Amino acid sequence: MLKDYKADLHIHTCLSPCAEVRMSPATIVKRAKAIGVHILGISDHNSAENTQAALEAAHRYGVHVLPGMEVTSLEEVHILALFDTLESVLQLQEMVYQKLPGENDEETYGMQVIANADDEVLGFNQRLLIGATTLTVEEIVNKIRSLGGLAIAAHIDRESFSLISQLGFIPDDLALDALEISPALSYEDAVRRYSPSLPLIHSSDAHKEDEIGRCCTHFLIDDANIGEIRKALRGQEGRKILR
Amino acid sequence: MTVTEVIEKLGLHVLTSKEVSDTKVTGGYTCDLLSDVIANSKTGYLWITMQTHQNVLAVAKLKDLAGIIFVNGRQPDKDIIQKANEEHIAVLSTDESAFSISGQLYQLLK
Repeated sequence: MLKDYKADLHIHTCLSPCAEVRMSPATIVKRAKAIGVHILGISDHNSAENTQAALEAAHRYGVHVLPGMEVTSLEEVHILALFDTLESVLQLQEMVYQKLPGENDEETYGMQVIANADDEVLGFNQRLLIGATTLTVEEIVNKIRSLGGLAIAAHIDRESFSLISQLGFIPDDLALDALEISPALSYEDAVRRYSPSLPLIHSSDAHKEDEIGRCCTHFLIDDANIGEIRKALRGQEGRKILR
Repeated sequence: MTVTEVIEKLGLHVLTSKEVSDTKVTGGYTCDLLSDVIANSKTGYLWITMQTHQNVLAVAKLKDLAGIIFVNGRQPDKDIIQKANEEHIAVLSTDESAFSISGQLYQLLK
């Protein structure tokens, strides 16, 4: 049966150097449960090492987690990737790690904490996750799509790291599923400003606990998975975006 | 000053065919963010960038720029050069940095 699912598809955990250390996978899931967000996209910069913990925590608390990643392209464009399974996101991570130069400097960029679902620290990621890969936007989007995931241009209204700031406009032949707008812009203003040819989603891009769910997208779907969300984005079989 | 004269004086490599290069150069603009180039470049400018995404050509066409100079020896894809030939936009390259080539172009045009 079709239901209204409230989704915040862009959330950073403590693995992202720019996110609060308190943003453990379990904390995020508990918070989402408390405020009534049904679907969470876990999307750290260039890594998915906290998605397993998020999936485990989600299972315990009855929230849906889509394991994902926010990949930085060669052009310094952020692309949001979301999948159904851990295996798929780890395949993307393998390609990203091969093309991600540099080492993290905790003093400058922040800690990159890998945690389990019980809020225990498993280790620290040493890669320069805040950096850019040497992959083009086309290579990233095509890889996400070949793995069955959703490829979304992140925060297109932002003046940095967005497809529009970096490349001026949305390239015609890019196989994106949707465009994301940041909490800085209302849905209505975004529609007016961009007259988008692709579906728009709204998400929090949360780096702190109280930012989780500050912007969400409501989907009328049958279940919380990529296939259903893709149908909603395309307006197929009664599935749709409700705002 | 024409694009051909700038090419000679700055020793630029020409990636497009030479006959498209007699456009008059009215100024220059140095930036890798295409949104900013759309906002601030003007007709006849030479655009200095290391951004080689295919969107650069559409921006150059939209703003009626005299040409694009790719810095640090960056080479765009062949289809960019082919499209540039069709659109009569000069695509040039240099091994120098954006800072260095911008300074030289500024001296030349001032």
